[in-house]
Amino acid sequence: VLGAGGGGNDVQWCFSQVKGAIDDDVAEADIISTVEFNHSGELLATGDKGGRVVIFQQELESKNQPQCRGEYNVYSTFQSHEPEFDYLKSLEIEEKINKIRWLPQKNAAQFLLSTNDKTIKLWKISERDKRPEGYNLKEEDGRYRDPTTVTTLRVPVFQPMDLMVEASPRRVFANAHTYHINSISVNSDCETYLSADDLRINLWNLEITDRSFNIVDIKPVNMEELTEVITAAEFHPNQCNTFVYSSSKGTIRLCDMRASALCDQHSKLFEEPEDPSNRSFFSEIISSISDVKFSHSGRYMMTRDYLSVKIWDLNMESRPVETYQVHEYLRSKLCSLYENDCIFDKFECCWNGNDSVVMTGSYNNFFRMFDRGYRQDVTLEASRESSKPRSVLKPRKVCTGGKRKKDEISVDSLDFNKKILHTAWHPQDNIIAVATTNNLYIFQDKL
Amino acid sequence: MSEEIEGTKTTEETVVNDQNEMDDKVTSPEKVEEAKLKARYPNLGHKPGGSDLLRKRLTKGQKYFDSGDYNMAKAKVKNKQLPAAASEKSGGGEITGDHIPTPQDLPQRKPSLVASKLAG
Repeated sequence: VLGAGGGGNDVQWCFSQVKGAIDDDVAEADIISTVEFNHSGELLATGDKGGRVVIFQQELESKNQPQCRGEYNVYSTFQSHEPEFDYLKSLEIEEKINKIRWLPQKNAAQFLLSTNDKTIKLWKISERDKRPEGYNLKEEDGRYRDPTTVTTLRVPVFQPMDLMVEASPRRVFANAHTYHINSISVNSDCETYLSADDLRINLWNLEITDRSFNIVDIKPVNMEELTEVITAAEFHPNQCNTFVYSSSKGTIRLCDMRASALCDQHSKLFEEPEDPSNRSFFSEIISSISDVKFSHSGRYMMTRDYLSVKIWDLNMESRPVETYQVHEYLRSKLCSLYENDCIFDKFECCWNGNDSVVMTGSYNNFFRMFDRGYRQDVTLEASRESSKPRSVLKPRKVCTGGKRKKDEISVDSLDFNKKILHTAWHPQDNIIAVATTNNLYIFQDKL
Repeated sequence: MSEEIEGTKTTEETVVNDQNEMDDKVTSPEKVEEAKLKARYPNLGHKPGGSDLLRKRLTKGQKYFDSGDYNMAKAKVKNKQLPAAASEKSGGGEITGDHIPTPQDLPQRKPSLVASKLAG
């Protein structure tokens, strides 16, 4: 029997909060498409298919209950992207937010980048808690006073007001991608960021919207020769010259921007050798990497393909140092998963704050955690049934054959419409955000 | 990359990457699934990850002759309540080009955007 591992032998995960509608009739716009904590973990942003961003803020811990971590409540919400139609190419541009990335905080305001398939926007989220009062020529309600009635002069002063959180688009980075943007990543230099689509990666300066530099271009001269696409890209967490990008063929390329302006030649190529006798129709599809994430230390990177999570040491290109099976029982269901398109689902993955545990989602609203140190893993479920405040989550188990034990669920009973594609881990604490189709669950470890 | 799974293998166990020896007598579950698929779709090409699949992925969303076509297809989808059909392999399900649009046929302007239920 496995413990509810994750961050050590003794971590028990408890339900904390759930956001979103309870009803089963899910509007397409409400489908959550990205989840991201900011660098301090105080803010949690979500993006959805309707182009909206909702930001939650963690309440300060109450002095009365020092053992309880603050709850996340709505801080700001805004419409980031709207649907567009490219009349020239007859192309529908979805407003779905593909990714949100926070900038490190430099002043009182918070900044994030949000992107749909074609356009990246820089949003400024700022607080206003005071306003000037006591104008000479205006009443408090804004009406102009008759200047002839003004007999004295006064100096307006700032008075406190109810907190208002405003989101405003500060930059719009448009028209740089022919194909669909799958990733954005802010550089550790805090001045530049990259955006990646299926075939190209561009480098931007956060201040400049009318141009970007193309740093990777894998488009073949003859499109008939196309064999792979870029699936994800990320900057190294502290080496501002280094980034990686993953492909639909299961490879990861590490590039050094000091080597040349166009990084088509990789510095390192990470690829696990495959036994050719094992190759099947599905091999390439399930090897496609859906997410790549550097560890916080920058020493490792993690990739997610359809059935597994792999940890790579940046110093070793020949194979991953660790491989974790997420839902190996699906290997014998690949035919139906291909027919219902689930085989193309793009799962993300994430590290905990000290890189000791990794997490990723699965089907049936299950998500998995792998403790690298203790060599333990656990399957948990995000469901309304286990949503009593502070109730400890019970580990789940999928029965793959033979006799199904009580509390186990058989592979054929799994609900493949209930996918957890997006998860996020607080940068310091054991607080996780798990997105089901249209609900956001927040779990934390039992204190 | 392959991991052979027998029915009695302990589930949920962390598997550190070690290469399992292929037992010639046991067919991998993947190959069984492949045979199933080929039986159902005998015309399926041999290069699933190759350019056809990728090109369909790249041109996702591009299926209309012009904006009139696009708007008519949207109206039709709305009326028939068809599910979103854009998939990697089938290339979408909306029908285009069979009706010349007139102003009366076009769908209403998209209603004002509603706030996310996460913020409710």
